[in-house]
Amino acid sequence: MNQFLAFVRKEFYHIFRDTWTMIILLVLPIVMLILFGFMMTTEVKNTRFAIYDPSRDVATQGIVNKISMSDYFIFSGYLDSPDQIEDVFRKDKIGLVVVFSERFYENMMHTGDAQVQLIADGSDPNTAATLTMYASSLIASYQQDMMGEVKIPYQIKPEIKFLYNPTLKGSYNFVPGVMGMILMLICAMMTSVSIAREKELGTMEVLLVSPMRPVQIIISKVVPYFVLSIINLATILLLSVYVLGMPIVGSLSLLILISVIYILVALSLGLLISSVAKKQMIALLISAMVLILPVLMLSGMMFPLENMPWTLQVLAHVVPTKWYIIAVKKVMLQGLGFSYIYQELIILSSMAVVLIVLSIKRFKYRLE
Amino acid sequence: MNIKNINQGLEPEIVISVQNLTKKFGNFTAVDSISFEVKQGEIFGFLGANGAGKTTAMRMLIGLSRPTSGKGTVAGFDISTQTEQIKRTIGYMSQKFALYDDLKVWENIRLYAGIYGVPDSLIAPRTDMLLKQLGFEKERDTLVKSLPLGWKQKLAFSVAIFHEPKIVFLDEPTGGVDPAVRRNFWEMIYQAADKGITVFVTTHYMDEAEYCDRVSIMVDGRIEALDSPKALKNQFNARNMDEVFHQLARKSTRNSD
Repeated sequence: MNQFLAFVRKEFYHIFRDTWTMIILLVLPIVMLILFGFMMTTEVKNTRFAIYDPSRDVATQGIVNKISMSDYFIFSGYLDSPDQIEDVFRKDKIGLVVVFSERFYENMMHTGDAQVQLIADGSDPNTAATLTMYASSLIASYQQDMMGEVKIPYQIKPEIKFLYNPTLKGSYNFVPGVMGMILMLICAMMTSVSIAREKELGTMEVLLVSPMRPVQIIISKVVPYFVLSIINLATILLLSVYVLGMPIVGSLSLLILISVIYILVALSLGLLISSVAKKQMIALLISAMVLILPVLMLSGMMFPLENMPWTLQVLAHVVPTKWYIIAVKKVMLQGLGFSYIYQELIILSSMAVVLIVLSIKRFKYRLE
Repeated sequence: MNIKNINQGLEPEIVISVQNLTKKFGNFTAVDSISFEVKQGEIFGFLGANGAGKTTAMRMLIGLSRPTSGKGTVAGFDISTQTEQIKRTIGYMSQKFALYDDLKVWENIRLYAGIYGVPDSLIAPRTDMLLKQLGFEKERDTLVKSLPLGWKQKLAFSVAIFHEPKIVFLDEPTGGVDPAVRRNFWEMIYQAADKGITVFVTTHYMDEAEYCDRVSIMVDGRIEALDSPKALKNQFNARNMDEVFHQLARKSTRNSD
């Protein structure tokens, strides 16, 4: 016990005395969460838009008002001629131009053939699609207001509702992903680097000659990072609930259970990497290539897995973060209970067991 | 528990004994059937060119590597089956000194004392005594990274014998240090030996061989000579150990790397 405490204390000295380690452990999770939570949303707010309107009648005025009143758009001004459209996209920070046809109101009432054109900057297709979608729905809703006056016998009006995230907040999608990524980063990368460091400096050899058993060395090496990951988990959850306004619909203890299992998976991955890497730099590179990239690309955090070629989808099955994110979303957002996430729990637990056995075996094997 | 053992007997007890110890890596025989004995309190030099097999041989003695064949005991424990007991009775200092740079001097001492199971009540007084002996009182709270190399080396040695082991293994402990500092370091080794600690030291500096009670010289995995430096010089009709070594090393067919 004394051995263990002496060793864990030393491990904390390493952590607290290295500025970069401290930044990665304590500042990075917060920065990442805030970045992803606030800035990387797919919502588009306060976009400036311009109008080219040769008609200037009641209907066009009504539509312009409707768009200006919404949260998404700010009215920037009228254009005098269509030639100015490209100009304003280039010069001004404008996201959308609305072009009306001539004699808009008249055509609408008589021929029913009034035309609106929406022009957006296609160099950023996602934003352009979102903006045009918002604008079309605003125009449609203006039309419906008008219809109120004129009776139409049949009307099909789809009402769209987004379950579990009614306001379509981007953070709902990103927070579980960021949790998966931060925990992976801290547990796997930091442990593998810190063990590789002992090897590089030659202290590992001295430890192996000491009465400490290899398993004891591994455990004392891993415990501090486990503690820090739990602290990080708490910070992330508090931030996402109180700053990003994420709900925890399901049971908190279930959420913690999945996270602890996931942390164990990440820690054992770190151990496995360190059994291959003899230098800190190599441990860092392997962590980045083997962990961070797949976690970003194949966990479903940034890119939907359903749209990927099947080879990548198959590959994604071995990325623990994928299962973690699925389970976290189920518990946090959908409020589902144990029976709905047992599959993810079993997969993550088996990953943990296999990786722990493998890394302890490899660690011993290395002694020979 | 070692305090009792150290000044125990006047007739020297055999603390390391090895018969036909062999280590093979595939077809390559790194250590080829070596046999020797080391007595308590002796300073035993383990010499050889790089690649001669001395580090491999030592790794088998300290429980880092299993012998392919042959047997041996260290402090009375079998090197194949009782490595845990051996690890508790020995001290070890590696080529790289292996202190933690980002830990203070006293923290390093405390860490290794804790790992070797020195009782808490003994750690503080022994640390004070050690720092006084080394003249390091002022450096107690200094980070090891800001100590000069020679100081680190002294500290590493003191840490390796802090738990009063029966035998201390030194793996090329003087690498990269200039000769004056090296001589200084050897005085510490003598002090340890006077206290009854057996010193097993590998080196490729031949001037250091002169300081040992007995030396063995390994060439291509075999022990080609084993005696006191004086007797070896007579035997090979040489003026110093360097000449002895070169006469033996000429037989080598392995590339030293």
